[in-house]
Amino acid sequence: MMGRVTTLLRRDLARLLLGGKGGGALLPVLFFLSVAMLYPFAVGPDAPLLARTGGGVIWVAALLAAILPLDRLVEPDIELGLFDQWALRGISEELVIAVRVLAHWLSFGPPLMLAALPAAALLGLDGATLRIVEIGLLAGTPGLAALGVTVAALTAGLRGGAALSGLLVIPMAVPVLIFGAGSLGTGGTSGLALTAAASLVLIAIAPFAGGAAVRASRG
Amino acid sequence: MQEAEPARVTVTDLACRRGDRMLFARLSLALGAGEAVQVAGHNGIGKSSLLRIVAGLAPAYAGSVSVEGAIGLLDERPALDPALPLGKALAFWALLDGDAGTDHLRRLGLAALLDVPVRYLSTGQKKRAALARLLGQKAQVWLLDEPLNGLDSHAAELTEAIVAEHCASGGIAVIASHQPFRLAGMRVLPLPEYAA
Repeated sequence: MMGRVTTLLRRDLARLLLGGKGGGALLPVLFFLSVAMLYPFAVGPDAPLLARTGGGVIWVAALLAAILPLDRLVEPDIELGLFDQWALRGISEELVIAVRVLAHWLSFGPPLMLAALPAAALLGLDGATLRIVEIGLLAGTPGLAALGVTVAALTAGLRGGAALSGLLVIPMAVPVLIFGAGSLGTGGTSGLALTAAASLVLIAIAPFAGGAAVRASRG
Repeated sequence: MQEAEPARVTVTDLACRRGDRMLFARLSLALGAGEAVQVAGHNGIGKSSLLRIVAGLAPAYAGSVSVEGAIGLLDERPALDPALPLGKALAFWALLDGDAGTDHLRRLGLAALLDVPVRYLSTGQKKRAALARLLGQKAQVWLLDEPLNGLDSHAAELTEAIVAEHCASGGIAVIASHQPFRLAGMRVLPLPEYAA
């Protein structure tokens, strides 16, 4: 059992972290940094304004960056028949989806937390704000990963699935975003705790909703 | 094929429906260890659907299926990562199946292709690669969907020989094919006779 999980995780990480034609973990990070870079250009060099709103911009950029790899999270494996072969070997869709949530998070969560350091410098965030942003991202990005994999499984095989999944993720990510970015304003731990709670709910749902969606796509 | 339990496939009064169309009904079939059956019939008659129902990947509209033994499925999708070299793509399944053998790679003429990314392989080469994956799985019940599609005559003969060996060692083969499949002692199930 553990051997199978390791094998699945290693394959997922090779695909999502290192790349292939999708660009791996690099593409979301570059996208995230370019948003952080564009924002000061768009609102002008008003340092207090940037410092006050910068944390929220980092959150929006992180959410959008998490959407980028959605179309290659689940659909290719359904099309190639991998899920069918796993099912015949007694490897449940739930297990595959749970492993994929972990791999998806590893491929964008920690890289975004690292990229948040230069982004914070670009936006002129102070140390205390940066600390809350980083803790918030640590609490929130696993939920975004779970949500991304769930929605990718739900929209696999649909026409225009990639665009649709982006549209579906955004409203469902609102709780994580509100609590995550909201913790910046209050500066308290309650916002971070609620971010983690919203994240945990999404993680708990993902394997079952995603697994059921993959089975339903077999028709 | 070390399991003590002999392989068995029993299909009772099976009916299959796709959308609002009934494909076949009242289909019964029993296969014991070492037996093979060719599901014959033209395109769209429900050969692939029958195999997927037996595999447990699609629901039966009516009737029941029971299978003793691990199931291996070979269909038009090789289930190999297109971006990976063939050797690595097959190694993934070898790890999951706990298979360390490389003899079947040589036998299937794949040994020289292990560094080639799967997406550059021809249809026939992908089919042979999928067959190698199936051999590595060591399943007792083989469900083969158009196993000869895209294969040249030499590879087709090799496939027939491999299936014959599988059955000789107590395995079961259900072969969906619209072209002739030469296998000694194989029954033929004419699917059009069950069309509803």
